[in-house]
Amino acid sequence: MTAQEVRTHAIDMNSFINNRLNSEELDEICIKVENLNLFYADKQALHNINMDIPKKKVTAYIGPSGCGKSTLLRCINRMNDLVDNVTIEGKILLDNENIFDKSVNVAALRRRVGMVFQKPNPFPKSIFENVAYGLRIQGINDKRILAETVENALRGAALWDEMKDRLNDNALGISGGQQQRLVIARAIAIEPEVLLLDEPASALDPISTLKIEELINELKEKYTIVIVTHNMQQAARVSDYTAFMYLGDLIEMGTTSELFTNPRKKQTEDYITGRYG
Amino acid sequence: MIKLNMIKTWFKSGTPWVWLNAAGVSLCLIMVIAVLGLVVVRGVGHFWPSKVMQLSYQEDSGGLKTIFGEQVDRSVTPALMAKASGHKMAEGEDTLVQYLIKTGNRDVTGTDFRWVVERNIQKRDYPIDMMVVERREWGNFYGQLVAVKENGKIIASGNAAWPAALERLAIALAIFDEIVHLEKKEIGAVNYGLERLRLKQKSLQLKNRWDAEAEKEVASEKASYEAQYSQYQKQLGLLYQKARRDSLVAKIDDGSEQEIALSKIVKIYQPNTMTLFDRIGYFCSKVTEFLTDDPRESNTEGGIFPAIFGTIMMVIMMSIIVTPFGVIAAVYLREYAKQGFITRLIRIAVNNLAGVPSIVYGVFGLGFFVYILGGNIDQLFFPEASPAPVYGTPGLLWASITLALLTLPVVIVSTEEGLSRIPKSIREGSLALGATKFETLWLTVLPMASPAMMTGLILAVARAAGEVAPLMLVGVVKLAPTLPLDGNAPFLHLDRKFMHLGFHIYDVGFQSPNVEAARPLVYATSLLLVVVILGLNLSAIIIRNRLREKYRALEG
Repeated sequence: MTAQEVRTHAIDMNSFINNRLNSEELDEICIKVENLNLFYADKQALHNINMDIPKKKVTAYIGPSGCGKSTLLRCINRMNDLVDNVTIEGKILLDNENIFDKSVNVAALRRRVGMVFQKPNPFPKSIFENVAYGLRIQGINDKRILAETVENALRGAALWDEMKDRLNDNALGISGGQQQRLVIARAIAIEPEVLLLDEPASALDPISTLKIEELINELKEKYTIVIVTHNMQQAARVSDYTAFMYLGDLIEMGTTSELFTNPRKKQTEDYITGRYG
Repeated sequence: MIKLNMIKTWFKSGTPWVWLNAAGVSLCLIMVIAVLGLVVVRGVGHFWPSKVMQLSYQEDSGGLKTIFGEQVDRSVTPALMAKASGHKMAEGEDTLVQYLIKTGNRDVTGTDFRWVVERNIQKRDYPIDMMVVERREWGNFYGQLVAVKENGKIIASGNAAWPAALERLAIALAIFDEIVHLEKKEIGAVNYGLERLRLKQKSLQLKNRWDAEAEKEVASEKASYEAQYSQYQKQLGLLYQKARRDSLVAKIDDGSEQEIALSKIVKIYQPNTMTLFDRIGYFCSKVTEFLTDDPRESNTEGGIFPAIFGTIMMVIMMSIIVTPFGVIAAVYLREYAKQGFITRLIRIAVNNLAGVPSIVYGVFGLGFFVYILGGNIDQLFFPEASPAPVYGTPGLLWASITLALLTLPVVIVSTEEGLSRIPKSIREGSLALGATKFETLWLTVLPMASPAMMTGLILAVARAAGEVAPLMLVGVVKLAPTLPLDGNAPFLHLDRKFMHLGFHIYDVGFQSPNVEAARPLVYATSLLLVVVILGLNLSAIIIRNRLREKYRALEG
């Protein structure tokens, strides 16, 4: 074998064994998950996950309920730290830095890795204050900067036109879809590198869902997005890469078009054709 | 058979259950209304001016006597019991009807009240010139105005006497106000200054810094105070002279004439000529007096302002102490402490603290706060005051802390409840934005839990304002000469003893020399206590509802 052949072979093997992306050369990698195991007390929830998440792309996690996709997502900004009795082994590298390192400041990490949850969770404050929350924590209280950032964030979340006249209204008074976009605005106001979306549209009506999906398409120009979804059509519509998980294992990961049209594993095929899940 | 079935279906339908519930609620309502009704009627009735009778009364001894007085009570006794208690009963009489008459004039007759038997009343009149005099001492005076005197010389009599008396009394009252102001405010301030000077001197002596310079300084200050004092004293002398100038003469029921100095009179009125409008005016003025004046005559007359003030002050102080403590404890227990056996144990202990009898807290407050804590504070910071204690004696501060301890469990429990009800998604939302746990708590969780804290505070206030037993040990007194808040720096005197409505009720009703006269005051004070607690609670509830509206949490 020539050197070239060896390298190609190695990449192939690698991608076969570890679900590494074979388009590694094309896309810059933002997050690397290496040998990640996660236990809730004695129960293992994630089994030796290895995965690359490319920069400024949308990566979708699909899989049946309880397969660990949310758990994996919540590892990326260390949200699992809040759960008692969790043990995590392995590494997640964000820009080549292990986020589980003792020296990592969790708050600073979460500023780099924003998150949007399944149910809209605006704070019981005004719309303005919701978006400004992350900035205020960082000690930014300059009115001009706040106003500018809030406007940009709301524009970024396609919410500005609807909200510009009611910035001082309570955020709990707006519709669920608006709330979810507000929460996204809140997350992008602090300009994270990565945006984790945990089933962001599952609690919303179809029109709001459509708006969120359009928004995701726009956001990927600036942010690396990881989205967990139950809805395979949604994954197919919004994502560039898709990972299929089952019972705590990462079964298969690849470009979305490849995974949906030509799955390598039988399990994946069964799932996307609706045989189980 | 059919009937039995009907009963069965009736039971099954749940109707009897509904009726039972309704009956329970009605019973509660009736009890609440009865309590409030009794207190309101008896308490408010006290301020309404009743007519004064003139009775021609056949004494059992045979003589005919005139009695002036207000009817206070009426009792009907069966003949048999009346006989047994020594009353002579006529043939065929089956009940003995007696009236309790408030005759006043205690300085002359030695009693305020007497019972009269209805059948012995020969005649009952309401003379229009009957006068009631409320005095600063000796209770009410009932009589008919004869004349007004100035320096012992009659200046008005007959029909001219009444307007003259009113006019002179207005002047006398103005003078009296001036005297009170001078004694309490000005001379009080001088005394306060002198006392501080004495303490300063002693403290310098204790520190061995008492030198000629300090002596000179203190002496000069003292001299200035004393100069002020002698000036005030001179003013006072003049005022007293002026106040003692006038007097009025009135005929009482035994026919003798009594002279009362106007300086000793609070109010005069002729109840038998009063129109409804006059009565309402009198009622209002009495209520105002009750609410704003100091008590007189060992608390059986006058107002109860110091007690209202003391109660509110104590409750506010208690709230200021208990809220942060309770909230901090609850936050630690719920948010930071590792949930396990020990936190469970602590929770059980806290809940049980709420069930400890309040007097036990009083004993603890006296033993620990007053004697140990207060005693040490005195030794450390106020050696110059010794042997007189400053904080080593019951006072407002210790009472507030004791009650704060007593109500701490309520605040902790409801705050914890509030914290546990904040949805996890809100906390996660804040953490995901890069907030630390503390920032999340401070900016989001605590504000959202504030209605629950207010609920805790409402319960605490309700309990603390009504508590009397522990207060008797740690700071409440029958009569406090000064309010805990006044114009002398440092304005808030936490070491002072204070008066309290709850204790006042007990004191007036059961410890005063003149229980009969004080009884209506018990009801009036109870009413006021209820109103004060209601007011405090209502304001807390309004604040809570505002907060609730503001932090209306996401459902679920």
